[in-house]
Amino acid sequence: MTEENGAPGGHGEEPTRRDFIYIAAGGAAAVGGGLVAWPFIDQMNPAADTLALGSIRVDVSVIPQGSEITVMWRGGPVFIRHRTEDEIAEARAVELRVLPDQDARNDNLPAGAPGFDANRVLRPEFLIVKGNCTHLGCVPLGLGANTGDYDGWYCPCHGSHYDTSARIRRGPAPENLPVPDYYFETDTTVKIGLSPEEAAEAGWEVADSAGAVA
Amino acid sequence: MSGHSTYEPKTGVEKWLDSRLPIIRLGWDSFVDFPTPRNLNYWWTFGGILAVFLVIQIVTGIVLAMHYVAHEDMAFDSVQRIVRDVPFGWLLQSMHANGASFFFVAVYLHMFRGLYYGSYKAPREVLWILGVVIYLLMMATAFMGYVLPWGQMSYWGAMVITNLIGALPFVGDAIREWLWGGFSVGQATLNRFFSLHYLLPFVIAGVVGLHIWALHVPGNGNPAGLEIKDPKKDALPFHPYYTVKDGFAIIVYLMVFAVFVFYMPNVLGHADNYIEANPLSTPAHIVPEWYFLPFYAILRAVTFDIGPIDAKLGGVLAMFGAIAILFVLPWLDTSKVRSMRYRPLTRWFFIFFVIAALGLGWCGAKNPDDPFVGAIKFVHLAQFLTAYYFAYFLVILPVLGIIEKPKERPASIEASVLGEAKS
Amino acid sequence: MMMTRIFAAALAAAGLTAAASALEGDAHAPKDHEWHHEGPFGTFDRQAVQRGFQVFQEVCASCHSMDLLRFRNLGQRGGPFESEEYPNPNDNPVVMQIAAGYQIEDGPNDDGDMFMRDGLPSDAWPAPFDNEQQARASNGGAYPPDLTLIVKARSGGADYLYSLLTGYTDPPEDSHLAPGQYYNEYFEGGAIAMAPPLVEGIVTYDDGTEATVEQMAEDVVTFLTWAGDPHMEARKQMGVMVLIYLFIFAILVYLAYRQVWKNVKH
Repeated sequence: MTEENGAPGGHGEEPTRRDFIYIAAGGAAAVGGGLVAWPFIDQMNPAADTLALGSIRVDVSVIPQGSEITVMWRGGPVFIRHRTEDEIAEARAVELRVLPDQDARNDNLPAGAPGFDANRVLRPEFLIVKGNCTHLGCVPLGLGANTGDYDGWYCPCHGSHYDTSARIRRGPAPENLPVPDYYFETDTTVKIGLSPEEAAEAGWEVADSAGAVA
Repeated sequence: MSGHSTYEPKTGVEKWLDSRLPIIRLGWDSFVDFPTPRNLNYWWTFGGILAVFLVIQIVTGIVLAMHYVAHEDMAFDSVQRIVRDVPFGWLLQSMHANGASFFFVAVYLHMFRGLYYGSYKAPREVLWILGVVIYLLMMATAFMGYVLPWGQMSYWGAMVITNLIGALPFVGDAIREWLWGGFSVGQATLNRFFSLHYLLPFVIAGVVGLHIWALHVPGNGNPAGLEIKDPKKDALPFHPYYTVKDGFAIIVYLMVFAVFVFYMPNVLGHADNYIEANPLSTPAHIVPEWYFLPFYAILRAVTFDIGPIDAKLGGVLAMFGAIAILFVLPWLDTSKVRSMRYRPLTRWFFIFFVIAALGLGWCGAKNPDDPFVGAIKFVHLAQFLTAYYFAYFLVILPVLGIIEKPKERPASIEASVLGEAKS
Repeated sequence: MMMTRIFAAALAAAGLTAAASALEGDAHAPKDHEWHHEGPFGTFDRQAVQRGFQVFQEVCASCHSMDLLRFRNLGQRGGPFESEEYPNPNDNPVVMQIAAGYQIEDGPNDDGDMFMRDGLPSDAWPAPFDNEQQARASNGGAYPPDLTLIVKARSGGADYLYSLLTGYTDPPEDSHLAPGQYYNEYFEGGAIAMAPPLVEGIVTYDDGTEATVEQMAEDVVTFLTWAGDPHMEARKQMGVMVLIYLFIFAILVYLAYRQVWKNVKH
């Protein structure tokens, strides 16, 4: 690096021990600078108390079949729909190839699980998904308002239609509404936001077909 | 133009200071005896207007921050308390909110001036690039500032824009969560936006210093697009000639500003922002502030996948590309002629470029699926105008610079002035 | 536990409003009503503000909150009980009397208990419901919006609210109104959960003005405009002074400019 330009330490053809010391000192400064910068960058990530708010319990027995509720979880809405048998049948009749997004988008399952309805629910009658449109984060409308062309949800912002499994069917949204990590703590109580131990015993497994109609 | 200084310290104190910190000399050389082309028209006054508005925004912002509370439960009410209970709070809040809009009006006119008169060409490339940096910082500042009142448009505007980052492959989600400081736009987001909104204007002020420094090396461009050859004939000292001219323009601009501040303080805002933010209810039409509308239209114009890039990412890339392209503009325009006065053909394309920019703003305010004319929807209009926007920089300017035969230019600035004065 | 609160009622109501917007047809453009407070020199019609306060207090306030209004505001400039005698609205006897007509929870006292006391001018206007959930439960799932900023929070402003209050009609045959909904062509979608609030003679004005629906609508919207923008008159007055000053300043600087550039061709 110091051949002709007469930089400090360069008094000849090859790098000397003095060059090495300068490079090492410069390197140490760069490493130190990087290490100091990291806390200043990382502080913007979610704080411990924010992460601690990560789980809620919901009594789903109060939701009549054919209706849905919205709960707040991690600062955003979560839809819980108690599906009718027609809705389940409709979701299960859909073939994978017609889906714009064929991934299950299920936090409980490994990435790449196919987007069958069976991979979107733990119990077929309860569909639980995060309620922010995957396009730009608006809250889609559902039962009682506008279920869109596929009987699920309709996002008023840019016109995305979701089906009864909350999978994107038409519109600009690129992905299905994601399924949060949850399990049934008791027969009627759902816990959303799980520790690794809870996730292990939640009972999720990847299905390779749409699943039987309940 | 940085010739030898004409400053002569008169008093003993001035001499003493000049030999230790020649700051009066710097001011004198920059703003008093700075040789300025004699043919500058009123389009050149927007630089001074922008400086005034940067000061207005910083001063009103500092005092508003003395009353504002950056908390998701209190931010909305604290702004209303400023308006209702703080002495003159209604005035300061109105000046700050409308001041942002007037800042952007001025910066857009300043930029179109630069585009028309070729102010970005050698030797002023760095000056232009610093200007684009200021523009980017202004957009970031304005975006975060609009979140602070915590109305419905504040919240959902922040939601939509931060979600754009999620379109980036692989790292998008992590960066979005890092920006939010949580799992959604919320308290952490509001608080950090307040911090950055307070910081960035001072960064802008710093870059403005560099911008003026870069201006004072080659000196001002001018409508004739010629350099000063003989300062005695071509130029005038900045003071008093341009201080008084800029001063007049600033006062006229302030009059228009006052009409908005006092008589239509809410015309440029959105009614939904008088409703407190509600994460469970999305407004029917989310629109950004007017000064972002052209870019919002470009974002939504990309409705198709381009190879491996899906429509959402494509829109984001197009939107950022529309600004990024300004950085390389000095090397895209191949013409040696600066001013479009002498480029009869390019001038028409420029006029259509201005129309396209305004048209994109119109598309940004409309629902993309609304009909424009007959079966043509606004999204189609936006796609056409977006194509023109990029073509102007990537095709029209490079090609016209080579094939166009420019008109004959005057020999000097003085000749251009006297020639015009005769005709 | 905060996080576990279920917004079932919220959703039902969101359903109502959204169902309304799903009905066909855009809302009618609002009537262009003439307001005393319109224009650069417009001021609030004091009588109308006072009558409007009466309508608000006797009709609207039973369902709608007014969170940002303090009793003292009623006695300040432009307000319904502005008085030259009492420049400090906290001393205004009318204001004190109105405030004292409400019971406000205060405390804790020395025993640690919360207690009720008469309202003071510095107190906030009491809300009719304790929280949004209670408001929805009492109104068939619909949430009556806060009225402090309602004129600013609706595009169309005062004209829109006036049109809405006077715009109830029988529904056209092709409309599908859910139970508890009413037809109003100025409301987006046409179906509104608020029953027609103004009925001829629902209030009796002290000044003898006849309480027609139009009269009450004009009065209450004037009051709401003041409530959302209480400094409007000061704003417009200062605007005149600032513009006159800037105009003179501009002329002087323009003359200076002509003087400086007199001998320079440019």
